[in-house]
Amino acid sequence: MLKAEDILEGSRKAEAQKAGARMIRLIEDNDPSAFELLKQLYPHTGEAFIIGITGSPGVGKSTLIDALITEFRKLALKVAVIAVDPSSPVSGGAILGDRLRMQRHATDTGVFIRSMASRGQKGGLSRATKDAVVVLSAMGYDIIIIETVGAGQAEFDIASLAHSVGIVSIPGTGDGIQAVKAGILETGDIFIVNKCDKPDADAACHELVMMLGMRNLSETRWKPVVLKTIAQNGTGVDKLVQSFLSHLNFMKKNGLIDRKKKKLDRLYFQSLLKDLTLEKILVFMNNSTDFKEMLKKIESGSMDPLSAAELMVNNLITFE
Amino acid sequence: METKNKIRVLIAKPGLDGHDKGAKIVALALRDAGYEVIYSGLHQTLDQIMQTAIQEAVDVIGLSIMSGAHLPICEKLINMMKEQGLFDVYLTVGGVIPHQDIPRLKEMGVAEVFPGGTSFEGITTGMNKLFK
Amino acid sequence: MGVAKYIKDERGAIKEVIYQSGIKVKPAYGPEDLEKAGFTYEKDLGAPGEYPFTRSLHPQSYRSRAWTTRQYTGFGTPEETNERFKLMIANGQNGLNVAFDLPTQMGYDSDHPLAEGEVGRVGMAIDSLKDFETAFAGIPLDRIGSGLTINAVATIMMAMYQAVAEKLGYSKTQISTTPQNDILKEMIGRGAWIFPVEHGVRLVGDSIEYAVKELPKSNPVSLCGYHIRESGATPAQEIAYAFEIAKAYIDNVTQRGIKPEDFVGRFSFNFNVYGNLWEQIAKFRAARKLWAKMLKNEYGVTEKKKLFLRGLFGGGGSGLTKEQPENNIMRGAYYALGAALSGAQTTALCSFDEAYTIPTPRSALLSLRTLEMLMDEVGLRDTVDPLAGSYFIESLTLEMEEKILEEMKEVQKWGGMVKSISNGFIQRKVSRQAYEFEKGLQSGEYKKVGLNPESKDAMAEKTDVELHEYNEEWAIKSKANLKELRATRNDKEVTSSLKALEKAAKGSDNVMPHLVKCCHAYATVGEMAGVFRDAFGEWDEPEFY
Repeated sequence: MLKAEDILEGSRKAEAQKAGARMIRLIEDNDPSAFELLKQLYPHTGEAFIIGITGSPGVGKSTLIDALITEFRKLALKVAVIAVDPSSPVSGGAILGDRLRMQRHATDTGVFIRSMASRGQKGGLSRATKDAVVVLSAMGYDIIIIETVGAGQAEFDIASLAHSVGIVSIPGTGDGIQAVKAGILETGDIFIVNKCDKPDADAACHELVMMLGMRNLSETRWKPVVLKTIAQNGTGVDKLVQSFLSHLNFMKKNGLIDRKKKKLDRLYFQSLLKDLTLEKILVFMNNSTDFKEMLKKIESGSMDPLSAAELMVNNLITFE
Repeated sequence: METKNKIRVLIAKPGLDGHDKGAKIVALALRDAGYEVIYSGLHQTLDQIMQTAIQEAVDVIGLSIMSGAHLPICEKLINMMKEQGLFDVYLTVGGVIPHQDIPRLKEMGVAEVFPGGTSFEGITTGMNKLFK
Repeated sequence: MGVAKYIKDERGAIKEVIYQSGIKVKPAYGPEDLEKAGFTYEKDLGAPGEYPFTRSLHPQSYRSRAWTTRQYTGFGTPEETNERFKLMIANGQNGLNVAFDLPTQMGYDSDHPLAEGEVGRVGMAIDSLKDFETAFAGIPLDRIGSGLTINAVATIMMAMYQAVAEKLGYSKTQISTTPQNDILKEMIGRGAWIFPVEHGVRLVGDSIEYAVKELPKSNPVSLCGYHIRESGATPAQEIAYAFEIAKAYIDNVTQRGIKPEDFVGRFSFNFNVYGNLWEQIAKFRAARKLWAKMLKNEYGVTEKKKLFLRGLFGGGGSGLTKEQPENNIMRGAYYALGAALSGAQTTALCSFDEAYTIPTPRSALLSLRTLEMLMDEVGLRDTVDPLAGSYFIESLTLEMEEKILEEMKEVQKWGGMVKSISNGFIQRKVSRQAYEFEKGLQSGEYKKVGLNPESKDAMAEKTDVELHEYNEEWAIKSKANLKELRATRNDKEVTSSLKALEKAAKGSDNVMPHLVKCCHAYATVGEMAGVFRDAFGEWDEPEFY
């Protein structure tokens, strides 16, 4: 049996890394014991700086994160990574290969890398991702990086999980235009033009700066940064780390970080509420005699499905 | 919600051998059979494989070995797994494994051996058997 | 992996035959097929030894000279390899094909932690020039050429070969070495890469430039379609990708102000002969023709000899089965027949136990005898290109040409080979195909005797094959030698030569002369590769799925 106190030592003790890893597994497998443990872990969270890294396939996100880990480790910060990849819609299986590019850090005890399959969640991110962030934060990692492809219409987009979002693109792909269309421009705090040894790098940066100029800055007032990197050899990654850290400082100085954390909590609560309610209803459907009687009424034609559902929910859940 | 109990497998190539066709097609076959495969790439040390297995909370480690070094590699990894308390993780090995070595591998604690030429069905059947 | 797809009717008669390259084969061929394809003798064949060399590179082909045979040799310590070299030469072998162990291939010394358990296992362990001095002692390096199966650190081994020759009293102008030195194919198939793509290609460029200027009899690159095929490519892709890789190397060298005419004649190829017999023959005939045409039309090469697609066409390991290993003896003989009918200049045959191990002396000799049989008993030396003019073979050769060009165009569409490999396009395509082939084999869609359910033999599966025993002594001895070397060599010379190498690696100077100096100073392979690792970094392979 896993114990919360074992998991809490996660970023310090090898043994506890194993406990944290098993805990995330329970979350993924939707194991009933996970919820109680998460409740115990939650009070120990809140210190980690959560960074989202997103962008189309092939822009070099994993290589970039590999280089980010190196830089954060130079600052003696402990780093955890969650790399989300899609599950096969046909088989439900997945090949999770993002960590391939981060394997040099596999034996560093201050680094924890976890691959997660989207398991049917559109856009890849799900409550399981959020739960895993809770675990890693409780384990004591200073930095948590979430890697995911593009912006989907997921329940959790990257901005509802991370404090700071880096959007990665490469020159010459017209990703900039795509970003505007996808509404991604609104979510990004730092825009990274990777593989800058390619031609058109300056043009791509320029295009991004131009488009960001059109962005409404009133809400956050953080002026988005556009940065060039070559993740393959680490060029520009030290600057990228500094940009993330100055974004954090900026948010700390003007109280934005607290507002952001409260917003993330609110979203977490909403999603938990939906899931828990749904679970309760599923239990109810399996066991309740009321439910079975209602079914009979529908079959006999004495009640239509719409009215039946409305009545049932109104009886189950009442609001003041 | 319908996501329970996926089997997670780490496919790894220990050591310096780069013949990875087998590892790659087995990874594809396992994905298509519904497994979650963590692929760690070439040239892995046993320490890297151990830490990856721990962090990814896998059920199975699947090694692909073509260099002939399967006996010493498996022996060493099994010992590391015991030291780290990974008692609930199975070690399997595939690749160029002569049949006369299979009993020795099983004796040291390798759960399943899939010598080159084992069908995909043979591999998934062998893996699923571990979880019955 | 199977050879071709056969669609049959309910009575078992063949309705359709589809080769791996995607060519459909008709029940019969006649003059109308050649006419429809616009075939002419002058344009498509030419006389043997004449452009475009479809028939043969030389007018007399095997009549003037049988093929050169090369068996892959080298294991354990340099002493043992030396004995094996001498045995092979005494048995009539006229060239050596040297295998290196994995630590050497990956640029690690025998005492590196990653070398543990691997020293001398799949080839000979080389740490420094001392080991080469032992391995090549008493070998007439002015008469016997050596293929070196090494890629990521090919520059180092080439330099060491020059250094050992100089030590043994030969000049660099006398020796002939063919390092494999095809780093791009390692990234598609065999996996023995170290440095990022662009640095890998630069090293290949350095070695070509150096050979042009300093090693007149050496062939700096052997382009290995062989391994690309082994990793799942079709025969057409095997040729197409090797040619596109060649173009990437040519481009690197021409950027240095050297004309293609000055070096393409030194390229050699290593191709695979497993698969459908006819498809193989057509493949090689088409390849000879396309290579010559490409060099002439795209690179302005004019000298006849420099248009030759020279190389080794050898029996592929993927064709062999672990099941019923004795079947591989026959299989190997048919592959050799294919190579002979294709006009292979040099050949090597996989040994029947190769699915398990590096060849034992017995199986290596059996392979050599098989090759001799074809030339001396069966009659393959009688006349040049005996299949020329066959309606089927000529039609197939033309179709093969088309298929190869199609595959090349796709790579060009992706931006050339360096880009296609950096982005993982090729790797993804090839591994997906390998997976599909494997599925087809398991479902019986592709036939493979001894492997498909109907030809399985429960008794045979338990056949013991004689295995090379791994000898722990190899590592102990290598490590002891290294220790002694490090204690006795001139440290100052080592440090200064490595410093100069570092400067060249980080700048744009050719690394080769510096490597030769490092070798003479007894710098180790690990030290030289270490300089490169620091200067270049290591490659991150792209996704394959």
